[in-house]
Amino acid sequence: MTRLNPKYIPLMATAVVLAAVFGTGSVLYPNFGTPRVFVNLLNDNAFVGVAAIGESFVILSGGIDLSVGSMVAFVGILIAKLLQVGCDPFLAIGIALCAGIFAGAVMGCLIHFFEMPPFLVTLAGLFCLRGLGFVIYPESIGIDHPFYAQMLPQLSILVAPKAVLPFTAMCFLASVLVGTFIASFTRFGRNVYAIGSNENSARLMGLPVAQTKILTYALAGFFSAAGGVVATFYMQSGNPASFVGLELDAIASVVIGGILLTGGVGFIPGTLMGVLILGLIQTLINFNGTLNSWWTKIVIGVLLLIFIVLQKLISRRAVTQL
Amino acid sequence: MPLLEIAGLSKSFPGVKALDAVDLAVQPGEIHALMGENGAGKSTLIKVLTGVFPRDAGETRLSGQAIAPKSPREAEALGISTVYQEVNLIPHLSVAENICIGRQPTWIGTVRWGAIAKRARAALARLDLSLDVNRQLSSYSIAIQQMVAIARALDVSAKLLILDEPTSSLDKTEVDELFRKLRILRQDGLGIIFITHFLEQVYEITDSITVLRNGCRVGCFATKELPRLNLVSHMIGRNLGQVEALEHTRASTATIRSETPMLEARAMGKKGSIQPLDLDIRPGEVVGLAGLLGSGRTETARLLFGIDNPDQGTIRINNQPVKFRSPRTAIRYRIALTPEDRKVAGIIPNLTVRENIVLALQAGRGSWRRLSITEQEKLADRFINSLGIKTPSREQIVRNLSGGNQQKVLLARWLATEPKLFILDEPTRGIDVGAKAEVEKLIQSLRQDGLAVLFISSELEEVVRQSQRVVVLRDRRKVDELTEAAISEQAIMESIASHSSERPEA
Amino acid sequence: MSDWLSDLIFWIVFAAILLGLRRQRIFWTVGALGLLLLFNQFFTPGFFHLQVLDGHLYGSRIDVLNQGAKVMLLSLGMVLVIATGGVDLSVGAVMAIAAAVSSRLLVTQHLPAGVAIAVALAVSILAGAWNGLLVAGFGVQPIVATLVLMVAGRGIAQLITEGQIINFLDPTMVYLGNGHLLGLPFTLTLVVVMLLLTHFLVRRTALGLFIESVGDNDEASRYSGINAKQVKFLVYTFSGLCAGLAGLVACSNIKSADANNIGLYLELDAILAVVVGGTSLQGGRFYLVGAVVGGLFIQTLTTTFYAKNVSSDIAPVPKALVIIAVCLLQSEVFRTRFARVLSPIEKFLKPVGSWLPRHLPTTARHDSPKS
Repeated sequence: MTRLNPKYIPLMATAVVLAAVFGTGSVLYPNFGTPRVFVNLLNDNAFVGVAAIGESFVILSGGIDLSVGSMVAFVGILIAKLLQVGCDPFLAIGIALCAGIFAGAVMGCLIHFFEMPPFLVTLAGLFCLRGLGFVIYPESIGIDHPFYAQMLPQLSILVAPKAVLPFTAMCFLASVLVGTFIASFTRFGRNVYAIGSNENSARLMGLPVAQTKILTYALAGFFSAAGGVVATFYMQSGNPASFVGLELDAIASVVIGGILLTGGVGFIPGTLMGVLILGLIQTLINFNGTLNSWWTKIVIGVLLLIFIVLQKLISRRAVTQL
Repeated sequence: MPLLEIAGLSKSFPGVKALDAVDLAVQPGEIHALMGENGAGKSTLIKVLTGVFPRDAGETRLSGQAIAPKSPREAEALGISTVYQEVNLIPHLSVAENICIGRQPTWIGTVRWGAIAKRARAALARLDLSLDVNRQLSSYSIAIQQMVAIARALDVSAKLLILDEPTSSLDKTEVDELFRKLRILRQDGLGIIFITHFLEQVYEITDSITVLRNGCRVGCFATKELPRLNLVSHMIGRNLGQVEALEHTRASTATIRSETPMLEARAMGKKGSIQPLDLDIRPGEVVGLAGLLGSGRTETARLLFGIDNPDQGTIRINNQPVKFRSPRTAIRYRIALTPEDRKVAGIIPNLTVRENIVLALQAGRGSWRRLSITEQEKLADRFINSLGIKTPSREQIVRNLSGGNQQKVLLARWLATEPKLFILDEPTRGIDVGAKAEVEKLIQSLRQDGLAVLFISSELEEVVRQSQRVVVLRDRRKVDELTEAAISEQAIMESIASHSSERPEA
Repeated sequence: MSDWLSDLIFWIVFAAILLGLRRQRIFWTVGALGLLLLFNQFFTPGFFHLQVLDGHLYGSRIDVLNQGAKVMLLSLGMVLVIATGGVDLSVGAVMAIAAAVSSRLLVTQHLPAGVAIAVALAVSILAGAWNGLLVAGFGVQPIVATLVLMVAGRGIAQLITEGQIINFLDPTMVYLGNGHLLGLPFTLTLVVVMLLLTHFLVRRTALGLFIESVGDNDEASRYSGINAKQVKFLVYTFSGLCAGLAGLVACSNIKSADANNIGLYLELDAILAVVVGGTSLQGGRFYLVGAVVGGLFIQTLTTTFYAKNVSSDIAPVPKALVIIAVCLLQSEVFRTRFARVLSPIEKFLKPVGSWLPRHLPTTARHDSPKS
């Protein structure tokens, strides 16, 4: 009998939870299981999802990135402002992505070279980016550029009757694909796993630890910024005060997606499932109508706890095996 | 031409000469043992050789070419690979990936998993090993992981393989299996440096032996031509000629207060750590625990102090059966321990001398019955004076003290609790000669005060001088117990070096 | 009393305090606070203005004390948690829970304020104990363990308030955050009482020694017979209590419980206050008064921005830069790497060194690297 590889246990758990949540919804509400609900789910959670892919890499490397929410808001207002002053939308998006990469790389350097705790450095990043967003413009700016108003709605595909897959959802799915490719099929991605699992061993094995760590935060910055870009598609505006606490949703998605918070174990598609679980819970509670939205947070908290305990048990078993 | 030639290698750390003009030569197709006790310079030598530390002087040649790697990675590229005691691989990744990570075959940036598995299988085949290379590394035993580490080393066309205590967590059959693989590699013409503290294994597998002591090379010998006793003597004894002429200045047993042991352990053991052994320590007696590094000395101390829990046998204190679940229980029975590794388990580096001294006493009293500052100061001053702790003030941060004075602070911490049994694990390691003499004097005065003392040291002459009884350990089991007149360096070394009739299980 | 005279007295007292602290670690924290105040003395008109209304003192400095109370209370719990080498990210959420519980009991259950406050504090202690259980009992890393409550806590608070913003007018509850005692805000009394209480709790018992010992070297502490798990459990529980108090003050300030916004990001301010107060994030030695002064420093910074008409939204940027700067100075790597840059400055300061405090120990190690 082939033994189940322990590294798949959290992923399996995630899949079970996803199926259970979706099943519950389908049984309770006749409209729940339709493709349209599913497409909306992808659309509504696209920006969280894209940012969560970046968070996945950081957590896989054994770190944490708290600057996600601020980054998304910062990029949103940056693009809105650039478009307002007549900048080309592609240039604006390019600038935003570069800013994200730069901010991530700076945080990565501080974390690696000065051995500062990641949560503190990214916390500072959170403050900085939030404040810088307000420096750009302190209010919400609507985006009415023709690219946003006319082009984007056309960039969608009819996947099923009455279910149009919008461009934001495509961005999300593309990010998952790109993220999976980087994590599983590049040397960099494998090094991220190695460092997250045991940094000291990775160093003794001759892996480029410094380069990988800094690149990981830069990549997370890129994905967070990309999440911000997707958010502008979705909201058609930029607001420096928005998305407070988004980083918690991203982290929760990653953990519920089966990636170990201690690093080194998990899969990017798991994060996709984690985001969907969070979104489904939200949708379920909306469908219910009588339950209030704060239940979402409690359910997410409980799920987080369950997964953290599960992870603890698995890692304890791995230790006893050694 | 030797494969590896090291000449006059020196390396100093502030205050310590870790390597003093060390020579070493390894032939291709040779397994070369590097022997020495803690602090002899083995690990420094390896670290300089593999580029972890820069050297101060000397030169290294690999196949006649002068080399000076600046990082383990560079050394690996030159053909020097190292496998460490604690397997330094990534437990969560697959076997195949562990062998190839960092140098995976790629196709325009895409990792080729098929090729990785193939290459891993090939590397393992060289070790005559066939595994499911896609399984997670941590699902295999330590022995297999060790082999995987060797396979990884071989994957980079290594010429010289360094094995740093690879066998310390393997059982007998696993060791045999490892040795079979090493013989294959030896036949392939690889040079292997083998570091271990198991004498049996040295004589079983190696061709020659280099012994280091206190950073100097004692000598290089052909394994076949070096009797065990001589090897042990090179490592821990004085020169053989001197041993016989040594005069025992050992204190008499007159101080023993009672024949009833303070501590009585019967068949106490723990699987994988120490074979069941009997041990008695009487009040007013110093029992020495002798043996080479890794023979189970520290493991025994850990069991007696409740850090590890024995899975067999009994411990009785003053005839009462006891079970220690944690050091706190042991402390309640008035047992004290100064650990082998002062920095990790001993001092609280950023607290003051005073705080370090009162810590154990205060822990015993609990949070609420706090010693007043005046009481603390009195206590600290008393021990600073009586033990001669050299510190600018009792409020000095312990980290800034020298090793010897840190050790005295630790001794003071425990003396303040007025223990009945004092376990001293390598109390004289890494401290200067003057401090050593003071610690020894202190132990004798404790004995005279009626304490039971368990004394662990790598320095035989110290054990001989201090103890009324010596328990000799080898390969994690008790092999001999010497009393009074029978105690001599010669006798202890003979016990350590003697062939064991039965093989250790763990 | 004319303003310049009161300013003069203030500065003389401040200078005296500073001089008295010159050998203490918190000299730097108090000094930084002094520099900030000095800046305001010259560049913020009216910052030092004090006036008496109905026997109560009013002015920017009093505002700082009043507004800073929440962070100062939080930092008292946080400093102990950080001293054990951990961190408590859930304090903001626990504040929200305490606010929700008290106002709910007060408004919908019509219970007396005393009962509401007591129950709210008990719930906060429970929340802290939960964190302690995860960290000490199950060995979950502190950041991860407290993250659970950070996420779920606000949901729980909203569950209690049923998503409403509960307004109250109960005089006792309102007094907590707005009342005056002896002309000064009551919150100041609360902070001072809690500071003294904490001080007695950790410095008059051996708990403080155990906390520092566990944070500095966990293993050696256990070898010395300290119950490290118990110590850790206690500090998280205490942090819960402090967060509860801060939550009560916060909702009293605005006379309502808003589960979404009470204590938002205050965990960050509390961590910052502790770090500015001289306690290292690595754990070990902690400075209670330092943490409180650190809290005051952060509030002064915020109030200064406010007075300078810097939007409160932009204020986080300099705050972030302060975090990075302080942590860089604490970073061993940074200090050794930039020792060459710093040493001439040190040399320059040496003549002053006779009355300046001893420089932080950086390189003075006499022991060998291995033994």
